Amino acid sequence: MTTEMLIDEADAQAAFDAIIEADSRIEPRDWMPAAYRKTLIRQISQHAHSEIIGMQPEGNWITRAPSLKRKAILMAKVQDEAGHGLYLYSAAQTLGITRDEMTEQLIEGRARYSSIFNSPTPTWADMGAIGWLVDGAAICNQVPLCRASYGPYGRAMVRICKEESFHQRQGFEILLTLMQGSPAQREMAQDAVDRWYWPSLMMFGPPDDESPNSAQSMAWKIKRFSNDDLRQRFIGMLVPQAEVLGVTLPDPELRWDAAAQRWHTSEIDWTEFHEVLAGRGPMNVERIRNRRNAHEDGAWVREAATEYARKQAEREAAWSLSSETRSLSSETRSLSLSKGAA
Amino acid sequence: MTTPGGSTASTGSATGEGERREAWPLWEVFVRAGRGLSHVHAGSLHAPDAEFALRNARDLYTRRGEGTSIWVVPADAITTSDPGSKGAFFESPAGKNYRHASYYTASEGVPHL
Repeated sequence: MTTEMLIDEADAQAAFDAIIEADSRIEPRDWMPAAYRKTLIRQISQHAHSEIIGMQPEGNWITRAPSLKRKAILMAKVQDEAGHGLYLYSAAQTLGITRDEMTEQLIEGRARYSSIFNSPTPTWADMGAIGWLVDGAAICNQVPLCRASYGPYGRAMVRICKEESFHQRQGFEILLTLMQGSPAQREMAQDAVDRWYWPSLMMFGPPDDESPNSAQSMAWKIKRFSNDDLRQRFIGMLVPQAEVLGVTLPDPELRWDAAAQRWHTSEIDWTEFHEVLAGRGPMNVERIRNRRNAHEDGAWVREAATEYARKQAEREAAWSLSSETRSLSSETRSLSLSKGAA
Repeated sequence: MTTPGGSTASTGSATGEGERREAWPLWEVFVRAGRGLSHVHAGSLHAPDAEFALRNARDLYTRRGEGTSIWVVPADAITTSDPGSKGAFFESPAGKNYRHASYYTASEGVPHL
């Protein structure tokens, strides 16, 4: 490395630091430290994978939703998750990784995604608990990410957050309907809350003192609040909502500690979290297998579409050639697209 | 000037796997929210051709009636000013605050000015 290059790099770093310091945004073509780029690629692609894998626990209930309305809502929600995955993949691509690479990482089991989606969804009430707790935790996490220092990530998050609030409300409504039903339905709702409560708290990640990357992410203003702060905020939102629902949050120790100005909770048991993270969760294998099958079974569709596009382009080229010589009226062509920015 | 290629052209790959082409090209999507408004960049997507790009853009970016018109543009067709040289490139307006109405203070307090 020459001295000149070192000076350039130092200048670039200073410009980058100034943008972060001013609370402005880094855009794709700006210089950025390699570690910043790498951290973002990892975080955004994991986030995208989570949205894509997150379609499965709920997709599981589309055919068995209790009414046509619930089925339509669930389909819209699962379609949203697909959309969110795509917004995020696009954001990651601006950092120099290809969509195909990310897809490969996921279906080859090399990529991580939110471990909560490896939990099974045995009852209809799980659709309610996922919306209320899992999407609720996701919103809590994602709202501050709208201000992430990397422009494309923040913009994707703004779009996602707008759409996500419907998810949480519809989940709440499913639980509320069950809680106003028969004793068996109330039991089903409580059981789902019991199973999803702790995993939703774990979505915020390990405690601050065990989260070595957090400090750097906060310095880069990718992350705005610590894991524990976000978890506390989420619990504070849940408590009054649980009262409206009439469900019990499964933590006998849970209470507001006025002296410490924070929620006192039982110790979170991270064993299961780490088991799932290590790939030993109940549904890890099935989730990845489904994703791989969907990708591989769809290969012929992608190839056919590519071939169709190639042939169309070829025909269009041949047509414009022949129409030049024969001066045919363009009215005989029935192309549904209009060219030009109109 | 740089051109934002398929995806890795000028952003550089951090993965160490070098430049790779995607199976389908990248398209940039612009959505007009309503009559009287400009098309605004909404995001990007992959599609084999313009027709699929339009359909995919409709499904991806207008699920809640966000648009009345969509443009799709091959990402390769866009030319961008170089962010590194923005100081020089956008230098002209600097120091020319007389181009703003707020520069003229003598008329303050005079109605309709």
